Amino acid sequence: MNLIRCNQVCFSYDGALAVQDVDLDVAQEDYLCIVGENGTGKTTLMKGMLGLIKPVSGSVEYAAGIDRGSFGYIPQHTAVARDFPATVREIVRSGTLHDCGFRPFYPSSLKQRAQETMELLGIAPLADQSYTALSGGQQQRVLLARALCASKKLLLLDEPANGLDPVALYEFYELLGRLHREQGIGIVMISHDEVCVNTYATKILHLDGTALFCGDAEEYRKTALCKQLLGGKR
Amino acid sequence: MELSMIFSDPFVRGIVLRAATVGVLVALCGGLLGVTLVLKRYSMIGDGLSHVGFGAMALAPLLALLPGAAFLADYALEISIPVVGAAAFFLLRLSENSKLGGDSAIALISTASMAVGAILYQVTTGMSSDICSNLFSSASVLNITNKDLLLSVILCSAVLLLFILCYHRLFSVTFDENFCKATGGHPAVFKLLLALLTSVTVVLGIRMMGAVLISAVIIFPALTAMRLFKSFRAVILCAACVSVVCFLVGFAIACLCSVQTGPTVVLVNLAAFLLSTAFARIKSR
Repeated sequence: MNLIRCNQVCFSYDGALAVQDVDLDVAQEDYLCIVGENGTGKTTLMKGMLGLIKPVSGSVEYAAGIDRGSFGYIPQHTAVARDFPATVREIVRSGTLHDCGFRPFYPSSLKQRAQETMELLGIAPLADQSYTALSGGQQQRVLLARALCASKKLLLLDEPANGLDPVALYEFYELLGRLHREQGIGIVMISHDEVCVNTYATKILHLDGTALFCGDAEEYRKTALCKQLLGGKR
Repeated sequence: MELSMIFSDPFVRGIVLRAATVGVLVALCGGLLGVTLVLKRYSMIGDGLSHVGFGAMALAPLLALLPGAAFLADYALEISIPVVGAAAFFLLRLSENSKLGGDSAIALISTASMAVGAILYQVTTGMSSDICSNLFSSASVLNITNKDLLLSVILCSAVLLLFILCYHRLFSVTFDENFCKATGGHPAVFKLLLALLTSVTVVLGIRMMGAVLISAVIIFPALTAMRLFKSFRAVILCAACVSVVCFLVGFAIACLCSVQTGPTVVLVNLAAFLLSTAFARIKSR
């Protein structure tokens, strides 16, 4: 079942056309990697898929029962102020906000959901710690937990690899892979990481304003584009 | 002022109680809103709003000069709040749009409205103590009427209620706007709400603290609380308590030693901030 369908969609960024005529279907069983050089419209496309920006032309359609609140999103790494007072629990719970409505307190079902998600990702022991005191890998898990609280269907991650050391990165990818396999959560990730493209992805979108390649990951690995992308990194 | 006089003379007691009530309410709202403002790097917006407030307060005496509109002189608060609210909206837009250079735009607007305010006061009331009292608060503390008291109670209650209802959303917006937006939230609405609540607090606080010093009530308690606590909720609660306690201590000192309220409250806040910083240093060793 397709969750998101982009039809010949175009998005602009800062007044200039950043994404042009992209056709893309995302299903819940997909592990989609969006690859491409910097400034080729990857983040713009993802924001468009989330409904944060409106297409200039073309359309983004969602499956029935899907709306803006149905996705888990990890935005591009933004430095949180070093002194920002927030505990892991507070951040994870804020992921359930869409279902909370205007109640001044979280109902116990949502608290339970936050607790279970923290346990699933192995960060329950950190619940009362300050977010800013955690390591990069732990912080990324917290944001992942928050995204999971928002959605059990589809996660959209914008360069989650940034700022992670190789070990933390490996663990993070393993965790994502497990969520995809065991929990059946669809994943859309912006990353030009070799591991991600070679091992985990089932679908690849190679973007350079327009879609240079969009389809099966197996197919992509045979193309010159793939060799160019991964070769250029080394 | 003698302590015995405050409690024995019903007239003096009324004045002091009115001033203290308004002050506590403003300090409470300021402490709560301050945390979000500081964390969102909106401290300068709070400061800018207070300067706009100074100019806006000068509008009432000007409008009162119009034929048959003399009664407007008593409605300084009611006239200022919409003006400062509009300024809040405008300042927020400016700081969002980094191309315009948000901080210099805020400096422009605040100095311009100070200048407008100063000229207006000269035209309307002559170069009187009004200016000094609106800048640093002195006599105006004692001019709080029952009407002002009622208005302050209603508006501060509204600020508190909205803050409590939107607490989780404000956290989400403060921590991560992009995520908030992606999960169906409306950060722009809540930032505007925040700016409006701040402008109400600022206008109500000007008489107590003075236009130059009111932003201290918003910024100091938040910084003090952030030294002491690491969770958002604890910081918010601590900031509110610190703000109210500092106000009451400052107000009491000001009454007993016959000094101006605004500067005294700011100095007490400064002392609390220094103490908490020292405490955090010692604890981290």
